[in-house]
Amino acid sequence: MKYLFEIVALLLIVAAFVMTQVISNQFVFFVGFVILQYVVMATAWNVLGGYGGYVNFGSAGFLAVGAYTSVALINFLGVGLIEQMIAGGIIAGLLGLGTGYLTLRLRGVYFAIATLALAIILETVVAHWDYVGGAAGTSILPARKPELLGILFVDRKDGVFTNYKEFLFFLMVAVAVLSVWVARWIENSKLGRGLNAIKDSEDAAECMGVPTLRLKLYATTISGVMMGVAGAPLASYLTFIDPLSAFNLEYAVNAIAMPMIGGTITWIGPVIGAILLGGAQQWASLFISSELNLLIVGVLLVVFVIIAPGGIVGWFKKSR
Amino acid sequence: MATFIDLLLNALVVGILLGGFYAALSIGLSITFGLLDVVNIAHPTILILGAFVAFILNSQLGLDPILAGLIATPVFYGFGWVIYQLYYNSFEKSGETDSLRGLAFFFGLLFIIEVGLIIQFGVDHRLVEAPYIGDSANIVIGEEIDVAIPYRLLVAFVAALIATFAIQLYLTRTFFGRAVRAVAQDMMALRLMGVDPIKVKRIAFALGMATAGVGGALMIIVLPIEPSVGRLYIGNVFAIVVLGGLGSVKGTLYAAVIIGIAESIVATFFGPSWAPAVSFGILLLVLAVRPEGLFGKTAGAH
Amino acid sequence: MSDEALLRVESVSKHFGGFTALSNVSTYVKPGERFGLIGPNGSGKTTLINCVSGLLRNEEGKIVFDGHDITEMKPHRRTAAGIARSFQIPRPFHTMSVVENLMIPSEFVGHHRGERFDDHADAMKILETMGMADKADDPTTDLTQIELRKLELARAMAAKPKLLISDEAMAGLTGQEVDEVIDILFKMNEQGITIIMIEHIMRAVMRFSQRIICLDAGQLIAEGTPDEIVKNPDVERAYLGSDDG
Repeated sequence: MKYLFEIVALLLIVAAFVMTQVISNQFVFFVGFVILQYVVMATAWNVLGGYGGYVNFGSAGFLAVGAYTSVALINFLGVGLIEQMIAGGIIAGLLGLGTGYLTLRLRGVYFAIATLALAIILETVVAHWDYVGGAAGTSILPARKPELLGILFVDRKDGVFTNYKEFLFFLMVAVAVLSVWVARWIENSKLGRGLNAIKDSEDAAECMGVPTLRLKLYATTISGVMMGVAGAPLASYLTFIDPLSAFNLEYAVNAIAMPMIGGTITWIGPVIGAILLGGAQQWASLFISSELNLLIVGVLLVVFVIIAPGGIVGWFKKSR
Repeated sequence: MATFIDLLLNALVVGILLGGFYAALSIGLSITFGLLDVVNIAHPTILILGAFVAFILNSQLGLDPILAGLIATPVFYGFGWVIYQLYYNSFEKSGETDSLRGLAFFFGLLFIIEVGLIIQFGVDHRLVEAPYIGDSANIVIGEEIDVAIPYRLLVAFVAALIATFAIQLYLTRTFFGRAVRAVAQDMMALRLMGVDPIKVKRIAFALGMATAGVGGALMIIVLPIEPSVGRLYIGNVFAIVVLGGLGSVKGTLYAAVIIGIAESIVATFFGPSWAPAVSFGILLLVLAVRPEGLFGKTAGAH
Repeated sequence: MSDEALLRVESVSKHFGGFTALSNVSTYVKPGERFGLIGPNGSGKTTLINCVSGLLRNEEGKIVFDGHDITEMKPHRRTAAGIARSFQIPRPFHTMSVVENLMIPSEFVGHHRGERFDDHADAMKILETMGMADKADDPTTDLTQIELRKLELARAMAAKPKLLISDEAMAGLTGQEVDEVIDILFKMNEQGITIIMIEHIMRAVMRFSQRIICLDAGQLIAEGTPDEIVKNPDVERAYLGSDDG
């Protein structure tokens, strides 16, 4: 069926909406948000890393740029969540575009190291920017009655959602579905095929007519936008944000580990990786210790890059 | 009342000492990344591991931390040997080196070691005890200038210089050292000479890793350590190795001094919290402007 | 004569730091010609080809293709304009199948020219002329040396070039395989494609080329028919003076 994916995607969004109306246990939305955020991060990373072969070690920086764009906007204009997400996407997208120009001079491991450096420089700058809380961080009070186009989103009595967690969860479902849809579209498009050629041999791709720079700029920008949108609600979700948590290297390692464990070739790989790894980490940090979740990521990443380079998806394809 | 000149002189002296210390931290990576092309991003975390070994030997047995580091060196050598074998079998054996997967491998390793240390030792800062920690020598010139040279930095500096020169001599004066440098340039020539390049790389990688024994000890002499500070040193060591021109021991030393002075001056005049931006900033700049580094070989015909 | 040239290289120089890889090289290639480029290792052959295909930018001089100055053009635009090349060390798109390798240039160059052709059918036709149709769906990682060399040429053909540059497509092949590759290049030439052959194997380049130039230490030292080149004392000196003949 031609539109099977789109139908399932829509059903997922509808199901998420129904969940927010039916389930009263807020814990579901609290955990769900984190896993969905990782679905977006892993998918975004994979657009550049999995399709194009450019490994971004600075994913945390993009996410944090989205988060801090929100903080600045809340402080400055007091705008609502949806506007924050759009703005976060734009700013992180611009950062992605800038990163894309780095590929003019940097390939392979040098690009990876440069993205890590970029993230840490941004972290240092944000830590010195008192307007958004500086190194100590800042508390965020979400707008009391968020509204857009006359729809009241959150209100105990009259809102579409009775509280913020539900609203954030629903938004993240929508963002995740949209991101995966975009990734799937790229995969089956000329852009995706060109990126694959770049991954295999950039010089050969360029000499075979692939406009390598342009495609890389598309990929870094799209990837940046996704990460920025995923990061924008972070401040509202945590109600507090500081550079240490927003720029946490955990995001960077997860964004790499999830696609690599799930499989980098197709859109489903990062989704599988994010759900499995994100789920396992949430479970571990709730029931054992929050240190352990990083250990899980580390061990699985090492094991998978050694024994299953194609990730879970590649593994299934081979055994079929 | 600290004058500008006084501050600057102090910053310079500390910067140079820090530079020597940084060279000791980077020299192992200069071999593994610079010469062997193995992007060991876990190097700083392995240094932290070395620091904890020194911490244990110092706090349990009262050993001098540098002596502890020397004792740990063979262990780290063995560790490096095993890691390289694993790396080789997984990423190099097939012919086409998959350095990005290799990078992910070391990224994973970084977290495994870090979390392992956290689980064992917690997140408290640890320090070692030795007679030279705490005091400093003061050089007073006139009324305005008082340059303090902390002994712990001085000890680290001297130990670092000795280690660096030893490695420089080893790489330039011995047959094996020349073989290591040849691996970086011409695997084929080595094979023709009857040398197994894989064996050379394995030993060289182990050697690079072995420096983490002493390097880690110096680290915990210079400042208290907790498991996750290793991440912050990624910027320093990679900036130094790239700036130093990938695999040049002398270049590594010069680059380390440059980074040390830059960090020290920024920390003195703008506050220590800007320090990470200095090394990572220089790293980004060097990568973007001149990937072959400042003191490295100029780009060849390709 | 040079006005009718398909490719003109005018006083091209290229430096790497203090090293001069090409020094004031000028030459031309006529439409439909079989053109040989020889010279000892390190003489600048590959540098010249990289300047023509655009992977390197020459600081001095001009490169004119099909009447247009392409000196400042990016490689993918040059491919669209009609220059395609193979690589000395094969660089297949290794995560793709053989036919998918050909469909990359087909799709990207086709789009650029505003034409639409059936990428797959087109690619299959090229593979057939190479005798590789049965390998179309194989991963490139399963290919032998000679098949990889053929894939390089096939992929370049899929870009529908006017000028095809074959960069040492025969190094390391057996005598019989060399003949096979030469036959393929002859066939391409019969279809009207101009060919530049860079080769170390003298027998091949002498048999194939109508006209040959020889580079040594970045300078053009000889130009002529195969017979003239063989007898040229400068060429002989260049080859005898170096380790590889």
